[in-house]
Amino acid sequence: MERMPTTPTPALEARDLVIDVPGRDDGRALDLCVAPGQVWGVLGPNGVGKTTLLHTLAGLRTPRRGEVRLDGRPLGALRRREVARRLGLVFQERHDGFPAAVRETALIGRHPYLSPWQLESAEDRRLAEAALERLDVAHLAERLVNTLSGGERQRLAIATVLTQAPALWLADEPTNHLDLHHQAAVMALLAEQAAEGRAVLMCLHDLNLAARWCDHLLLLYPDGEACWGPADAMLVPEALERLYGQRLATAWVDGAPVFVPAR
Amino acid sequence: MIPMIRPLGALALAALAALALSVALGSVTLPPEEILAALGGRGEALSRTLILELRLPRSLAAFAVGGLLAVAGALMQVLLRNPLADPYVLGLSGGASVGALLAMLAGFGSVLVSGSAFVGALVSTLLVFGLAHGHGGWTPARLLLTGVVVAAGWGAVITLMLAVSPAQRLPGMLYWLMGDLSHAGTPWPLLALLLLVCLLVVPLGRSLNVLARGPLQAAALGVAVRRLEWTLYLAASLLTAAAVTGAGSIGFVGLVVPHMLRLVLGNDQRLILPACALAGGTLLLLADTLARTLIAPEQLPVGVITALLGVPTFLFLLYRGQ
Repeated sequence: MERMPTTPTPALEARDLVIDVPGRDDGRALDLCVAPGQVWGVLGPNGVGKTTLLHTLAGLRTPRRGEVRLDGRPLGALRRREVARRLGLVFQERHDGFPAAVRETALIGRHPYLSPWQLESAEDRRLAEAALERLDVAHLAERLVNTLSGGERQRLAIATVLTQAPALWLADEPTNHLDLHHQAAVMALLAEQAAEGRAVLMCLHDLNLAARWCDHLLLLYPDGEACWGPADAMLVPEALERLYGQRLATAWVDGAPVFVPAR
Repeated sequence: MIPMIRPLGALALAALAALALSVALGSVTLPPEEILAALGGRGEALSRTLILELRLPRSLAAFAVGGLLAVAGALMQVLLRNPLADPYVLGLSGGASVGALLAMLAGFGSVLVSGSAFVGALVSTLLVFGLAHGHGGWTPARLLLTGVVVAAGWGAVITLMLAVSPAQRLPGMLYWLMGDLSHAGTPWPLLALLLLVCLLVVPLGRSLNVLARGPLQAAALGVAVRRLEWTLYLAASLLTAAAVTGAGSIGFVGLVVPHMLRLVLGNDQRLILPACALAGGTLLLLADTLARTLIAPEQLPVGVITALLGVPTFLFLLYRGQ
């Protein structure tokens, strides 16, 4: 793996944060800190506000209350360009009214680093190639993005953020559309990013991927309750059953719990 | 940079060839040495007048108007993220037409008709933007719907004006509505605007590439989305208003030239925008040359020719691209 440039002390902090979901009560305010080296998973049922939370943490939506701080500075005080050099976001939805080739799509990850008159350098191109290689989509480099399968597009989206090389990754269901092997590969990549000193926070639907790869969890309940902390303390069957409104059966593999829906 | 030079160079050569053709052709045929002498400021007074005061200014105006329309169309398509957008999609040509027709009905000369068209275009721009803005922010879908409905309203007003106009004014009005370069006047302001906008818009190209992937993605990659969208909207409106003022509402160039280029050159706006300026200018220049030579000394409305040239070219490219 190529070494990506990083900024020294990345950290995301939510202070007394209440996200703005129209027509919903405030619920519990979030006070948490994502430190370098940590992998956070956000779990919760459909429509609970995971994506809204992610977009709020990235500064794309204004919170109803409280603030988000990036590297100790309020997000609102930073220019979008500065934010984009520190924080990368893998979106769940993608638009391509004017589809570009896969290689060009990965290259837009360098946008925050380039001045308006600058063209991508050989180094930028090398970073994009390495990212495509890493996500197993390098063989598609010439293809237009609208000809890719769902899983290939998902990997391209992750390759684009890898090209962006942020110190903080926010990912909205990064394993969406991926086959089992690529799910594991993407989770390993994100864990590796954390191990190299970056921070990761992702929304997940798969409890077991979260249990296997995340060291911290944030649970968002449908009634507005929330709790967060180290993964071991959060992975309690009763709490998870209440989270999803679904009874679970628990097994143990490699000393870690595995959850399946009970019949 | 190197991959951009070849297509742009080819388009620039095509533009020069079209310009030479357009200056050489006309109701009076001049030998080449006569044309060169006139361009150099020598030769007979009559051919100097014909070349330097009639054909060349009109050709340059046609090139500038075509370039402005194609660039405006490309900007609108990115702004609205809709491939069907053209410079007139937000009702701008309707407003300009109503302004121009009012001035014609009042019997004003061509300068006041142009001025009135410009005012009409600006009124329409502000109207659509104000209505789409409403409370809170506008979205591309809302802007588009507002524009389409306002354009329909202008269309009704235009039909009404044509219905009640005295018969002897109708031909002039219809020609204006179909686009007409014979009253374009001096081309230099339009050319200067085209050059200026190319210089301003090319550095925005990469931001536009990112914006084409959606506003959230663009914001996440460091683009100040709201500011960029405002810039696009104002720039495209100003370009269209200038083009409409110079030559009436010429359809097709702004919709189809950007698409033609995307089919051939891909989707990098840094290449597409200057290419639009060159290719749009060349298309309209050729169309205008045909419009004034096919049944010379009579003239055809240039908008008809742009469509007749553009439709088969576009369909061919689309068919080949599959």
